[in-house]
Amino acid sequence: MVVISDIVVQGVQMLLVLLLAPLLTGFVRKIKARLVLRQGASVLQPYRDLLRLLRKEVVLADNASWLFRVTPYVTFAAIWVAAALVPTFATGLLFNWTADLIAIVALLGSARFFLALAGMDVGTSFGGIGSSREVMIAALAEPAMLLIFFCLALVAGSTQLSTVANFMASSYVGLRVSLGMAVIALIMVALAENARIPIDNPTTHLELTMVHEAMVLEYSGRHLAMIEFGAFLKLLLYISLIACVFLPWKIAVFGTGPLSYAVGAGAYIVKLAAAGFFLALFETATAKMRVFRVPQFLGAALMLGLLGTLLLFVSRSF
Amino acid sequence: MHSLAFDVSHTLAGGLVLISFMMLYQDRLYSLLNVFALHAVVLALSVAWQAFVQGAPHLYITAAIALVFKAIVIPVALHRIIKQLGIHRDIESAVGIGPTMLAGMALVALSMVLMLRVTAEADPLAREDLAFALSVVLLGLLVMVTRRNAVSQVVGFMSLENGLVLAATGARGMPLVVEISVAFSILIAFIVIGIFLFRIRERFDSVDVSALDDYRGEHR
Repeated sequence: MVVISDIVVQGVQMLLVLLLAPLLTGFVRKIKARLVLRQGASVLQPYRDLLRLLRKEVVLADNASWLFRVTPYVTFAAIWVAAALVPTFATGLLFNWTADLIAIVALLGSARFFLALAGMDVGTSFGGIGSSREVMIAALAEPAMLLIFFCLALVAGSTQLSTVANFMASSYVGLRVSLGMAVIALIMVALAENARIPIDNPTTHLELTMVHEAMVLEYSGRHLAMIEFGAFLKLLLYISLIACVFLPWKIAVFGTGPLSYAVGAGAYIVKLAAAGFFLALFETATAKMRVFRVPQFLGAALMLGLLGTLLLFVSRSF
Repeated sequence: MHSLAFDVSHTLAGGLVLISFMMLYQDRLYSLLNVFALHAVVLALSVAWQAFVQGAPHLYITAAIALVFKAIVIPVALHRIIKQLGIHRDIESAVGIGPTMLAGMALVALSMVLMLRVTAEADPLAREDLAFALSVVLLGLLVMVTRRNAVSQVVGFMSLENGLVLAATGARGMPLVVEISVAFSILIAFIVIGIFLFRIRERFDSVDVSALDDYRGEHR
């Protein structure tokens, strides 16, 4: 009986991320449009886009290899698994023993690896430039992310995300400068990884500035739908990661019954909406930076992560 | 031990280290001065918190001195000096930003390792304060080493002294006379440096200290 309810809750979690991801992106777009005094598309527009793309025919280049056709599914699957591992409304789910921070980084890394390969597969210059830029950003963002996770793991004493979230929800945490640095660095990394505005503009089609878009330019039809869906899921993943680690209020502890699950889900949706609102506000207020300044931006994130980890050694718990 | 007192002082002292890094990162003179003023404000907060925690009212005077002199008087005076000298507002650094940051990280790690070894039995509050203070001092020295502009070297020197004040407040039982005399010696050093700045500028038409090397006949 317990096993069945475990499976049900984990299944609800997997479906929840799948259903909420396009809504979140639509919400961010809507807020952005409203902030610049435009009407904006409906919040449900990303769902319609996905359906439209799924119905369309796939156009493949003659020299596209199997890698090009497999990549959308691999990417989507890896990101979905990673998003299902992050606790959203409850900790201690069925998969929580695999919900390791380093495993999540590895899943996202392999998704990006396949995308970068596929970008170069057809041999167009756009794909190549997109891949090379994406890999440059990733090469700086991943060490920063790993350092942030080391910092968290040193604080919580575990790299398991459920344990970390439970620890952060407890009163043992206190006020720590390391955690402040970690959250700022994680937000910077999340902006870079999701191709958001100071690093990359997801809506542009100008060859000087586009990074992610250039890489997936050759995709069409259901392949493009998978890739877009993966991008929506990734944004949701990062926001829920930040929410469950740094704002774990009202998150349900394992086995506390359906009521606390419902409260946890409500709190989760509120957190998502708040994060989406602030993301839209931030994106409207800043300009995109030059590609050559990206290393400085991510270097600052890396530095914050490293400094946070170093400062932990003088706090008393260690 | 788990207390708010420790957490707040840890946060303030860690913030001081972070602002030292921000100082290393700046490449404009005016923004460097603003960051320095912020450094002094955080220092004053940190010292005032220590005064509250330790129940040592004379530390409030130290905090007030830090706030008035370092956060207001010296930055304003430096602003005026820069304006009067009419020098370039860009800072020419001898080493690039990236290597400087890495060196700063290495210095922070060094001071942590050293202080944790040396003060193994000390009170944790004093221990973390000393570790942070040593890293602020070393970062101040790094600012002085990596900058070629004399004004930014002055700022590095002043931030180094902030680290000394942090260390002094962490160690209990520091007499007030010592702190006041340190504060005034810094003020006098600042005046002397200010006069030197004008002298250097008069003679070389610039405050780039590499001009001094040329004058001594050291060609690089």
